[in-house]
Amino acid sequence: MVEHTIKAFDEEINRLRGLVAEMGGRVETALEEAMTALVERDYEKAQRVIAGDQQVDALEAEVEKLVIQTLALRAPMANDLRDVVAALKIVGVVERIGDYAKNIAKRVPQLGDHPMVEPISLLPSMAQVAGEMVGDALNAFGSRDAALAEAVVARDHVVDSFYNSIFRTLVTYMMENPKTISECAHLLFIAKNIERIGDHATNMAEMVYYAATGHYLPERDRGTDTES
Amino acid sequence: MTEQLTPAPLKMAARNVNVFYGEKQAIKNVSIDIDNDHVIAFIGPSGCGKSTFLRTLNRMNDTVAGARVEGDITLDGENIYDPSMDVVQLRARVGMVFQKPNPFPKSIYDNIAYGPRIHGLASSKADLDVIVESSLRRAGLWEEVKDRLKDSGTALSGGQQQRLCIGRAIAVEPEVILMDEPCSALDPIATAKIEELIHELRGRYAIAIVTHNMQQAARVSQRTAFFHLGTLVEYGVTSEIFTNPREDRTKDYITGRYG
Repeated sequence: MVEHTIKAFDEEINRLRGLVAEMGGRVETALEEAMTALVERDYEKAQRVIAGDQQVDALEAEVEKLVIQTLALRAPMANDLRDVVAALKIVGVVERIGDYAKNIAKRVPQLGDHPMVEPISLLPSMAQVAGEMVGDALNAFGSRDAALAEAVVARDHVVDSFYNSIFRTLVTYMMENPKTISECAHLLFIAKNIERIGDHATNMAEMVYYAATGHYLPERDRGTDTES
Repeated sequence: MTEQLTPAPLKMAARNVNVFYGEKQAIKNVSIDIDNDHVIAFIGPSGCGKSTFLRTLNRMNDTVAGARVEGDITLDGENIYDPSMDVVQLRARVGMVFQKPNPFPKSIYDNIAYGPRIHGLASSKADLDVIVESSLRRAGLWEEVKDRLKDSGTALSGGQQQRLCIGRAIAVEPEVILMDEPCSALDPIATAKIEELIHELRGRYAIAIVTHNMQQAARVSQRTAFFHLGTLVEYGVTSEIFTNPREDRTKDYITGRYG
C-alpha cells in the first residue's frame, strides 16, 4: 500500500492494526487455554483465562478511542475509512469471542472432579476449527486478504456440523446416563459457545472482505444453520 | 444498494472536450453531463484542469489569450461555442461565483440590481425591488441586509460578500451556477452557510462546484468528478467515490496518498 503523504496517519493506522492483532491473539490464546483447562480440569488455568478477559476489554476500549480520534482528526476516505470502521466493528466481535472463552473457563470448576463423560472428546476439535477461523479472519484483516476471509466464511458449516453432532450425542448420552445430566448440560452450553464463536468469526470475515474489496459478500445459504 | 447514475433531464452536456493553452493541452477528451437534480463537484490536484473545465462551461476561457476549446458543449441541446451564441446572454444563463468574493464597489441593492438592469429583466423600480429581495432571500442574505441595502457591498463580511455574489448570479435567472472554490476564502461558519445555500438551490439550478476541500465535495455534491493531468479519471455517485472509488488514482488522491 502506498504511504500517506502525512506519515502520522500511517502510524495511526498501523497502531490500530497492531492493537486489533494483539487483542485477537489474546482471545485466540484464551480459547485454547479454556479448552485445555476444560480437558485437564485445570482450575488455575481456567482462572487465568477469566482474569485475562479484563485486558481484552481494555484493548477494545483503546481501539475504540483511537478509531474515534482517527475519524475526527484524519477524516479517512475510501479504503482507509473502510479499514478504520472494520477495526471498530471487529474489536466488538473479538470482545464477544473473549467473553465466550471466559464463559467456557467459568464452567470448568462447575464441572467438578467427576470422571469425564465421553462426548467431551469432540469439543477440542470443534474449538480448534472455530479458533482457526478466528485466527484466519484476523490474519485476513492484517493482510487485507479477501480470499482468506472468504475461506473463513466457507468453513462456518464445519463448526455448525460439529455442533449438531455434539448436540445429538449429548442428548442421547443424557437419556442413557441421567446422572450426568448436569455435566452434559454444561458441555452443551460450551458447544453452543464454540458454535457462536464460529458465527462471530464468520461475521468478522465478512467485515474484512468488505474492508478489503469495497463489496459485500453475496448472502450466504442459511440451509446449514444449527438445529438449536 | 449502490445508487446508480440515474439520468435526470440534462441541462448541460460536454462531449469529447479538449482545451489547449497555446501548445499545451489542459483538458483531454472529457465528457460529462450536468443536470438540475445533482450538484456535481470537480476535484483533483492543482493543475489537473478542473477549473479550466468549469470555465469552458460558460466560455470564460474565451478571455484567456491562446486558449482553444474543441468538442461539443451544449446547454439545453444548443452548442454554446456556436458562432451565433450570444456570449453575454450565455453567461447570464450560466452564472459563475469565484474563489474570492468580488462584489461591485456599489451598494448591496445595486450589486443585485445590476444584472437585471442590463439584461432588461425589470420594467419598473417595483419590479427591481422584487428581484432584489427574492434574490437576496434565495441567497440566504435578506434577513441580514434588508435594513441596509444602501450600504456598500464591500462593507459586508467575506461570507456575506460571497452570498451577495451568489445572489447577484441568481438575479439574472440563470439555469446553471458554476462555483470555483467559493469557500476557500471563508471561515467554517460562512462556509457552512454557503454549503447550506447550495443544498437549497439544488433542483432549481444545475450546480457545478470546483473545490480543493474533499470534505466539502463529499458534503455538497451528489456526483463527483476526479480530474488528473487534464483527464477525467473517474466520475460517479459521490458516496461511492468516497467509500469505494473504482480507480487507484482516485483512491490515492482522496485518501491522501497522492505522490
